[in-house]
Amino acid sequence: MATAPLLTATATGDVLELRPGGSWIAANVATLERLADAVAPQLDHSGTVKLDMAEVRELDTLGAWLLEKMSRRATSAGHRADVVGVSDNYAGLIEEVRQVNRRTPAAVPPRNPIVAKISDIGRSTIGASEDVTAFLQMLGSLCIAILGVLRRPRSLRLTSLVYQFYRVCWQAIPIVVLITFLIGAIIAQQGIFHFRKFGADSYVVDMVGILVLRELGVLIVAIMVAGRSGSAYTAELGSMKMREEIDALSTMGLDPIEVLMLPRIIALVCALPILSFIGSMAALYGGGLVAWFYGGMRPAIFIARLHEAVSVTHFEVGIIKAPFMALVIGVVACSEGLRVKGSAESLGKQTTTSVVKSIFLVIVLDGLFAVFFASIGM
Amino acid sequence: MQESPGQFAIRVHDLVVGFRRHIVIDHLALDVRRGEILGLVGASGGGKSVLMRTIIGLIPRQEGEIEVMGAPIGSHDRATRSAAGRWGILFQQGALFSSLTVRQNIQFPLRENLVLSGELMDEIATAKLEMVGLKPEDGDKFPSELSGGMTKRVALARALALDPAIVFLDEPTSGLDPIAAGDFDALIKTLQKTLGLTVFMVTHDLASLNTVCDRVAALADGKIVAIGPMRELLQSGHPWVRAYFHGKRSQMLQPKAS
Repeated sequence: MATAPLLTATATGDVLELRPGGSWIAANVATLERLADAVAPQLDHSGTVKLDMAEVRELDTLGAWLLEKMSRRATSAGHRADVVGVSDNYAGLIEEVRQVNRRTPAAVPPRNPIVAKISDIGRSTIGASEDVTAFLQMLGSLCIAILGVLRRPRSLRLTSLVYQFYRVCWQAIPIVVLITFLIGAIIAQQGIFHFRKFGADSYVVDMVGILVLRELGVLIVAIMVAGRSGSAYTAELGSMKMREEIDALSTMGLDPIEVLMLPRIIALVCALPILSFIGSMAALYGGGLVAWFYGGMRPAIFIARLHEAVSVTHFEVGIIKAPFMALVIGVVACSEGLRVKGSAESLGKQTTTSVVKSIFLVIVLDGLFAVFFASIGM
Repeated sequence: MQESPGQFAIRVHDLVVGFRRHIVIDHLALDVRRGEILGLVGASGGGKSVLMRTIIGLIPRQEGEIEVMGAPIGSHDRATRSAAGRWGILFQQGALFSSLTVRQNIQFPLRENLVLSGELMDEIATAKLEMVGLKPEDGDKFPSELSGGMTKRVALARALALDPAIVFLDEPTSGLDPIAAGDFDALIKTLQKTLGLTVFMVTHDLASLNTVCDRVAALADGKIVAIGPMRELLQSGHPWVRAYFHGKRSQMLQPKAS
């Protein structure tokens, strides 16, 4: 049914007669645009433009707009434009198109690039201080919620807490064990390889033990939990925010912090020390296996050396950090979740921000703890 | 009235759709004429949206044939995708892409299906915006900044972007106040006239059934139990149709007969 579009232009004296024909529809847009551009210069010079539409077979909004644009160009050049031969089928469409695009929206004046840059820096500075405020606000509301729960212990959502604990702790064990095992093995291998050069391979046990128990075990696990559970919290709360579920909760007189965030954060605070412990053990196990098969150190000797090298203090230093890191991850994840706005894009952005920010804060916190423990001599 | 096959925009024959053992559409037949506005009514959860989604190929069918503009429709095959240019769909919640502006939403089908200059694309998008009664400035807004009525209008503009022959409207006036709903009905009627559209409309709005629909089809128990102009349906003897049009809510709308 669709036929190739045509446009014949005949100039007789001062009159330019345009005869479009065929299918002036969106499917032929590439040809149509070429045809329209080809006659465009002629429109500016002719006195009268006559548009004879008798041969147009099919017409849609796009075709009608191209034809209307031609007659507008002629009119704006101060000439007359007559449209004739419009079939009844298309009269309404032509009339409709004649009304549109009359008023161009005011163009936004381009900003000075230097001013724009400065203003961007200003905006992000304000944004950073807002981030701090949001974090503190969430921490404050969390404290209020905890006080509320202490006053009325029955208001703690035990079912939710257990379910969240199951998700962030129990289900995370396999992956945590696998990764920390590999990390422990890699550290031991590198240590043996390099220490062997000056005959100190037995000190590998000290290195693996202290490094894993003090720093790496808890840090690696915290980073994994931030990526695994923090992102899930942000996405869950964010999509609940998008679907007005959080508003629904507050209108029922319930505190979203108490109902949604408190169980999640408590679950995380309980889970991270446990996961860190399991992770550290897996790393030591990995290190021991590598020492045995790669370094030729018998397990009994490894354990005996470990006994001498590490004390309970090292283990304490590591495990004390875990609940604080969990708190930071949980608070960041929940407050980013609540900042999600209407669009799918904002959910993605907030989830990314949550993970990046919590990993950053976990590392900063670890640094602060290192300074603290060094100064109290632990 | 003599009816030749070319007169129909949509032909559905002996259609069966179900989910596992639960049959939703049971040997249904429905013809939609070219250039008409057909309203589809039915109980909530009775399969109206399922029927619409089956026609546009989103839900696989178990038996039967569907033809849209003379071309058979499968589910998610190439023929269906190429037919997609010939229909536009207004989803119930608008289904606008939330990360694109209003203008980009309208331009999306143009950009994907045609090769045209950026300037022309902007002009067409603005033209569509104005045709659905919005201002050119609204083109720079994001979907999250729009009211319910505006969302529906933008979704309609996007559905009309490629000048389809058929538009499917899923509850176009739900969630709009009566004035906005009336305006939207008038808009559909005007656009149907100017663009020569065939409109397939799922709705519960008795007022829009009455004012804009040429014919109304009633879906009950998985079948079309009555079809025809509104006044014929009002006289239908089918118990569900009677209950629908002569229930308490619809009586409230009519002036008291003296």
